[in-house]
Amino acid sequence: MATLWFVIIAIMLTVYVVLDGFDLGAGVIYLIVAKTRDERRLVLRSIGPVWDGNEVWLVAAAGTLYFAFPQLYASSFSGFYLPLMMVLWLLMLRAIGIEFRAHIDNRVWQGFFDVVFSVSSALLAIFFGAALGNVVRGVPLDHEGYFFEPLWTNFKPGPHPGILDWYTILIGVLALVTLTVHGALYVALKTENDLSRRARDIAVMLWPVQLLLTCLSLIATYFVRPHVMTNYGVHPIGVLIPMVVVGSLAVMAWANRQGRAQEQRQSKKEKLAFLGSTLYIMGMLVGVAFALYPVLLPASTEPVYSLTINNSAAGHHGLVVGFIWWIIGTVLTLGYFVFVYRMFRGKVRLEGEGY
Amino acid sequence: MDSALLIHRLHFAFTITFHYLFPQLTMGLAPLIVVLKTLALRRHGEIYNQAARFWASIFGINFVLGVVTGIPMEFQFGTNWSHFSRFAGGVIGQTLAMEGMFAFFLESAFLGLFLYGEKRLTPRAHLWSAVAVFLGSWLSGYFIIATDAWMQYPVGYERAADGSIQLGSFWKLVLNPWAGWQYAHNMSGAAITGAFVMASIGAFYLLWGKYEEYGRIFVKVGVVAGCLFSVLQMFPTGDQQGQMVFRHQPPTLAAMEGLFTEQAGAPIVLIGQPNVDEGRIDNPVIIPGALGFLTYRRWGARMQGLDAFPPEFRPQNITLLYYSYHIMVGLGTIFIAIMMLSALLLWRGKLFQARWMLWILLLSLPFPYIANTAGWMTAELGRQPWLVYGLMLTADGYSKTVSAGNGLFTLLGFMGMYTVLGILFLFLVRREIERGPAAEAVGH
Repeated sequence: MATLWFVIIAIMLTVYVVLDGFDLGAGVIYLIVAKTRDERRLVLRSIGPVWDGNEVWLVAAAGTLYFAFPQLYASSFSGFYLPLMMVLWLLMLRAIGIEFRAHIDNRVWQGFFDVVFSVSSALLAIFFGAALGNVVRGVPLDHEGYFFEPLWTNFKPGPHPGILDWYTILIGVLALVTLTVHGALYVALKTENDLSRRARDIAVMLWPVQLLLTCLSLIATYFVRPHVMTNYGVHPIGVLIPMVVVGSLAVMAWANRQGRAQEQRQSKKEKLAFLGSTLYIMGMLVGVAFALYPVLLPASTEPVYSLTINNSAAGHHGLVVGFIWWIIGTVLTLGYFVFVYRMFRGKVRLEGEGY
Repeated sequence: MDSALLIHRLHFAFTITFHYLFPQLTMGLAPLIVVLKTLALRRHGEIYNQAARFWASIFGINFVLGVVTGIPMEFQFGTNWSHFSRFAGGVIGQTLAMEGMFAFFLESAFLGLFLYGEKRLTPRAHLWSAVAVFLGSWLSGYFIIATDAWMQYPVGYERAADGSIQLGSFWKLVLNPWAGWQYAHNMSGAAITGAFVMASIGAFYLLWGKYEEYGRIFVKVGVVAGCLFSVLQMFPTGDQQGQMVFRHQPPTLAAMEGLFTEQAGAPIVLIGQPNVDEGRIDNPVIIPGALGFLTYRRWGARMQGLDAFPPEFRPQNITLLYYSYHIMVGLGTIFIAIMMLSALLLWRGKLFQARWMLWILLLSLPFPYIANTAGWMTAELGRQPWLVYGLMLTADGYSKTVSAGNGLFTLLGFMGMYTVLGILFLFLVRREIERGPAAEAVGH
C-alpha cells in the first residue's frame, strides 16, 4: 500500500511540474518574447484561465504527501523551512503579478507587475530544481528523523550541506532551462505569427543547453550519490526511462526544425514539440523516483536515518480509505481539466471574446 | 513561555487571521452570486448579469488573496508544527488532502471558466459554473472545519505502536458531530460577511446617488440574506456550538463566560472586565441566573467555575478568550437588530428612502469581519493548552528544529508581505467600487 502511495505522489508531483511548468516557463520568457502591450496580454491570456488550477496540483500533492507519509511531511517541511517560506512568498508575488496587473491600464503599474511576474517565475523554477537536487543528494537527518538545513554552508555536498551547493544549483539551472523551454513551446503553441516564432526560437536556442545540462547533471548525480544506479541494476526495465528522455529530446529538436521549415503544418509540429518537452520532464522525474525507491528522503549523515516508505507511512487503514476517495477525486478532477482545457483550446486572440 | 513556542504560535495566529479575511467573503459571496445569476436567467434582466459580473470581479480579487495566503496555512503544518504533523498527520492529513482533491480542483477549474468563459458558455452553463464555484468553496470550508473539529473533539482515531495517532474510522472523522455544528455556525458567519458587504456597497451607491438601480438590488439581496443568516447564527447554530463546548470542553466554557467560581444561579455577564488575579469580574452588567438556562436549559442551575479544573488544564489566556467571545456574541446580537430593522423597512417599501438606515448599513461593513475573527479566536484560544484536545499539548507540537530566530525571520517576512497585499487589495477593491457595476470588466 505504501508503494502505491509512493507512485501516486510521484505522479501528482510530475503532473504538477508538467502543468505549472509551462506557465512558470511562460513567465520566464514573458519579458523577452512579448515586446508589445498586446503581445504581453496574449501571453497572459494563454495561461490566465488555467494557471491557478495548475497550481492546485502542488497543494493537492502536498496534502496527499501529508496524509500518506506524515513523518516525511513533518521532517522535510521543517527541515526545508527557509526555502519553503521563500517559495510561498514567490508564489504570492507571482499570483498578484498575473492577477492584479490587468486592473489598472497604466504603463508604470503594468510594467512593475510584469517584472514581478517574470522574476518570481524564474526564481520559482530554480527553487524547485534546487529542492529536487536536495532530495536526490540527501539531507542531514538525525536519529529522530528531523533536520534543519541552512541556506548554504560551504557549497559542497557533504554530510552537512546547505540548501544551495554546486550540485543543487546545477539542478536548479537545469530546471530553469527545462521549464523555460517547456513554457516557450506552450506559448508557441497557443499564439501566432511573430510572438509564436520568437517563443519557438528561444526553445530552439536553448535545446543544446538543455542537452548539455542533462548530461552534466546525470554525471554529477552519479558522482554525488552512487546509489542511484542500484535500482537500475536490479530492475533493468528502468533503462527504458533514460531512453524516453533521449527520445523526447530528439522529438523536440525534430519538431522544432520541421515547424520552422513548413509554416503551413506548424500547429501539428508545435503540439509535437510541446509533447516532447512534456515527455522529457516526465522521464526525468520518473527516473528520479525510480532511483530513489523505496527511499523518500535519503540521509546524508547515516543511511539508516533515511526516511523510507516503510518508516514514514501512515496507518494501513488510512491508506486504504484514502485510496478509495483519491480515485474518486482524481476521476472528477480529470473531468474538470479536460472540460476546461477544451473550452479554452486553440490559439488565443485579443479581439472579440473575453478570452 | 519558551520563545520558540511563542513565535510559532504567533506565526500561525497571524497568518491564519489574515488569511481568513478573504475566504469568509469568498464563501459568503459565492451563494449570492448564484442568486444574482439565477435572477438574471429567470427575469431575463441584463442588469442582474451585470450585477453578477461586478461581484465576480470583487470575488476574483478576493479569491486570489485567499489562495495565496491559504497555501502557507497548509505548509505551516509541516514547517512550523512538525511534531504535531508527525503525531496526528495520519488523521488530519485525510481531511486536508481531501480538501485539495475535492474542493480546490473544483473551485479553481470552474472559477477560471466563470471569470474568463462567459462568452463561450450558454447563460445556463455560466450559471452552473457559478454553482460549481459555490460548491467548491463551501466544500473546502467543510474539510477545514472537520480538521479543526477533530482537534477540538478528536474522534475516530487509534493509537499506533510508535505513539502516533492513526485513522480508526473514516466516517467518524468526516461526520464528527462537533464539525456539523461548527460548520453551520462558521458558514452562516461567512454568509453574514457576504450579505453585509453586499448591502453596504449597495447603501453606498444609494447614498452617493450613482448606480442606484444596482444599489437597490444589492441592498435587497444583502438584507434578505443577512436577515436569514444573522438569525441562524444565533439559533440554532450558535446555541448548539455552545452546547458542544459545554459538554466536551467545560473549562473553556467557564473561561469564555468569565465564571471563576462554582455557583448556583450563575449569571450571564453582558459587560465587565475579568480580573484573573482576584478571580472576579469588575464592573459587571449581568443577567442573573441565565447561564444555567443556556447550558442545562434550566434557569438558575448550578454551574462549575474555573476553580473546578486544575490550573494546567485551564485556557492560559482567559482575558483574551473572554473578550473574543463577548465581542462575537455582542456583535452577533447587533447584526440581528440591524438586519431585522432593515428587512422591516424593506418590506414596508421605505428602506431606500431611509437614509439613516442606509448609513448604518454602510458603516457596518467592518463588523462581520471582526465578529468572525473573534469567533475563531474564541475557538482556538478556548482549546488551549491543548493542540489536540486531551491528546497533545500545544507546547509539544511545534517544530523543535526550527529556532525562534528563523521563525521570527519568516514571521516578519509575512507581516511585510501581508501589509503590501492588504494595501493592494483595498486599493483595487476601492477602485472597482468607484468604477461601478456598469463599467466593463477588466481582463488580460
